[in-house]
Amino acid sequence: MQLPPFQMIAGVPLTWYLTLSAVLFALGVAGFLFRRNIITVFMSIELMLNAVNLSFVAFSYKLKQNDGHIYSFFVMVVAAAEAAVGLAIILTVFKNRQTLEIDEVSSLKD
Amino acid sequence: MQLWLIPLLPLAGFLLSGLFGRRLSKSAINGIAVGSVLLSFLWVLKTLSALGAFSGGLTGAPYNEHYYTWIQSGTLNIGVDFAIDRLTAVWLMIVTGVGLLIHIYAVGYMAHESGYYRFFAYLNLFMFFMLVLVLGANYLLLFVGWEGVGLCSYLLIGFYFLEKFATDAGNKAFIVNRIGDFGFSLAVFLIWAHFGSLDFTTVIAKVQTMPVEPNVGWITAISLLLLLGATGKSAQLPLYVWLPDAMAGPTPVSALIHAATMVTAGVYMVARSAPLFLHSASALDIVAIIGIGTAFFAATIGLAQTDIKKVFAYSTVSQLGYMFVGLGTGAFSAGVFHVMTHAFFKALLFLGAGSVIHALSGEQDLSKMGGLRKKIPITFATLMCAGVAIAGVPPFSGFHSKDAILAAAYEHAPWMYWVGVITAGMTAFYVFRALFLCFFGEYRGDPHHHPHESPPSMWIPLAILAVLSLGGGYIDIPKFLTPMFGEPHEGEAWLMYVSVAMGLGGILIAYLFYVVSPAIPDGLARAFRGPYRWIYNKYFVDEFYDATVVEPMIDGSRELLWRVADVRMIDGVVNGAGATASAVGGLLRRAQSGYIRSYAGWVVGGAILVIVYMGLKGGL
Amino acid sequence: MDAVLFLIFAAIAVVCALNLVIQTHPIASALSLIGVMASLAAIYLQLGGEFIAAAQLVVYAGAIMVLFVFVIMLLNEGKERKAKRRLWVTIAGLPLLFVFVALIHFMILRVLPPSDSVKFGAFTGGNAEAIGIKLFTAYLLPFEVTSVLILIAIVGAIVLARKEVD
Repeated sequence: MQLPPFQMIAGVPLTWYLTLSAVLFALGVAGFLFRRNIITVFMSIELMLNAVNLSFVAFSYKLKQNDGHIYSFFVMVVAAAEAAVGLAIILTVFKNRQTLEIDEVSSLKD
Repeated sequence: MQLWLIPLLPLAGFLLSGLFGRRLSKSAINGIAVGSVLLSFLWVLKTLSALGAFSGGLTGAPYNEHYYTWIQSGTLNIGVDFAIDRLTAVWLMIVTGVGLLIHIYAVGYMAHESGYYRFFAYLNLFMFFMLVLVLGANYLLLFVGWEGVGLCSYLLIGFYFLEKFATDAGNKAFIVNRIGDFGFSLAVFLIWAHFGSLDFTTVIAKVQTMPVEPNVGWITAISLLLLLGATGKSAQLPLYVWLPDAMAGPTPVSALIHAATMVTAGVYMVARSAPLFLHSASALDIVAIIGIGTAFFAATIGLAQTDIKKVFAYSTVSQLGYMFVGLGTGAFSAGVFHVMTHAFFKALLFLGAGSVIHALSGEQDLSKMGGLRKKIPITFATLMCAGVAIAGVPPFSGFHSKDAILAAAYEHAPWMYWVGVITAGMTAFYVFRALFLCFFGEYRGDPHHHPHESPPSMWIPLAILAVLSLGGGYIDIPKFLTPMFGEPHEGEAWLMYVSVAMGLGGILIAYLFYVVSPAIPDGLARAFRGPYRWIYNKYFVDEFYDATVVEPMIDGSRELLWRVADVRMIDGVVNGAGATASAVGGLLRRAQSGYIRSYAGWVVGGAILVIVYMGLKGGL
Repeated sequence: MDAVLFLIFAAIAVVCALNLVIQTHPIASALSLIGVMASLAAIYLQLGGEFIAAAQLVVYAGAIMVLFVFVIMLLNEGKERKAKRRLWVTIAGLPLLFVFVALIHFMILRVLPPSDSVKFGAFTGGNAEAIGIKLFTAYLLPFEVTSVLILIAIVGAIVLARKEVD
């Protein structure tokens, strides 16, 4: 990443946005892999989705079109639906297992 | 000339009896069985007279009928051909003629046996194969007949298949024969390889153009392999062991197959291949040595046997040895002559023994017979004729043929003559021992048995064979076979006198031992207990073969082939394939852990791999 | 000026994300996520995505995260128990993460020309009017389909979460 010369005030390099997106995505993956509470895992997924949204919007700026915004909008809609259903499932799992540990929900093993 | 009728008539008899015998009456089966052989015999007579065999014709090339081409592959061309020359003519007459008499006898002998139709079906099948054997014009057809008679021998020896000793004997016969057949097959392959054809005429013509092979070479190898086949089929050393056990079959079987016809197949084959043997320096010597060895060896065993059929069985082995001596010393026609006379008197001996056994309701042990000459006179008379014939008493048949062989033996190697003469003495001795023990002295058997004479269907063939045994020597076979094997050799007169003297001496000593003072043989047996034990137990040859060949083979099969090859290797591979599939599945199953986070981990890992790959490829 | 603004909001976003991953109590993670979303909305504004920024705050932070918070409070599980982490995870976890990020970064660098820069206000197509026109003309079908999707989600959520009627 190179720092532009004193035109720093003039604009932000696009790569920074994308790098931010990558960092947020990586953190989302880390949270997804290493946390054991189901709800926290879910929130890591939401974090990943947000990172992707940022990426879409950044590229839409580059291409000077607003299609990226539209995609981002759809991602949000789907995330909403998914959150609703997912949390309902978590509630059911909690009702049956009395636990929110993701390692306890492993009946599908051999 | 429709040669094919000769073997096919008995085959038709086999098919009819075999397929429909269960529903046919006894007389119908008799008619089919005897009738087919009778028709075959008449057809043989007609064919031979048409070919001029009885009037000096049928010299030169054999009369050949080609039916169809069996194998046509590359340069290999084998057809189904039947051919008749003088050698075949002799065998045809013996097989159909003596066969006919034995079939008639069997009608009476097997009258009370179960499995009647099966017996005659097998007998007819045997006739078919034997006739194919002698009529075949190439080695492959001969082999077909060879194998076929082996099969029928197995079926007929094991006729009383509910008895274990009978089925064992059948197995033994077949398996030991197989060893000989192995040699024969190799010989056939080598003949094909070196002569390019399996036809007799072609092979013989080719080999006549070759020089005599010194020592070991291809012709010697072929000859020795053919000899191996002959030792199996004709019960010579070392493959004779099946013949005494084959007495487990019904007596007509013993007479037909193991005296008159099948066992002479080896002699036929060697005589047929005479030019091959003549072109090898050492093969004929080996034939003669095996022959004389077998003759002597078997005769010594026959001295001490107590079962009447076993005595005659060893006698057959011994006489076959004589035939091989005849072949081996170059006197092929003498060997064939002995085949014919032997067929007469040996068939008579066996059929007569069968008559005795029939009279005594199944008793075969000589120590339980005695004094029967008044009770079964016809049997007695005919058996005596057979006895003098086999002993070589002039002017009966055995004398002529045996003398011809001994003369040739002396010509070849004098020691063979002396051994042969001693064997002749032993032959006379043990045959008359059996006859005296059976017919003279006091009856030692079960007092409840009432010996009765056989029915006419049994004693008429005996009478005919007796006439042939006495007068058969005047059928001049050596002269008949001159066009094929050359002039018969006349021996010196003193050779004849010595062998006759030995024969008469043997009869005398037997008379002494078993009629005049029966205590002598027992005393001798006690005095020479060791040697007596050896010959009584047939030199423990069977036990020896068992220990050296049979047991190691069974153990080897079990330990090596079964336990290792089959169970460990083949099952291992098959089961191993299944086990491997199962193991791989088990390995892959670990991916299904049920833990969501591990799934997620795999997803991320895969994604990284994809990204790296795309990065390396140089483009997003 | 733009760069400073960007850096501030980016720093907030990253710190909040880190907090989300590190915190043990789910409620703290939820609040961190709200912080991330808020800063992201600001960044969207920089990129000219006015509608998206608003939608982010209203829908994402306002509705979805509130739902999360409700559920967390409903279940009331409390802090996550300490897990026995395997050694290789502890050692390799963070470096691997860095590697991951670096990879992506270098890929980006390879593709995009370095002179691309973002100026606030350079892109004006992100306002509600433009988005609306696009949404109801070119992307009408996906729009309708997503509405059906929401309907399905509603039905599913209700079915899954209702009490069993004895």
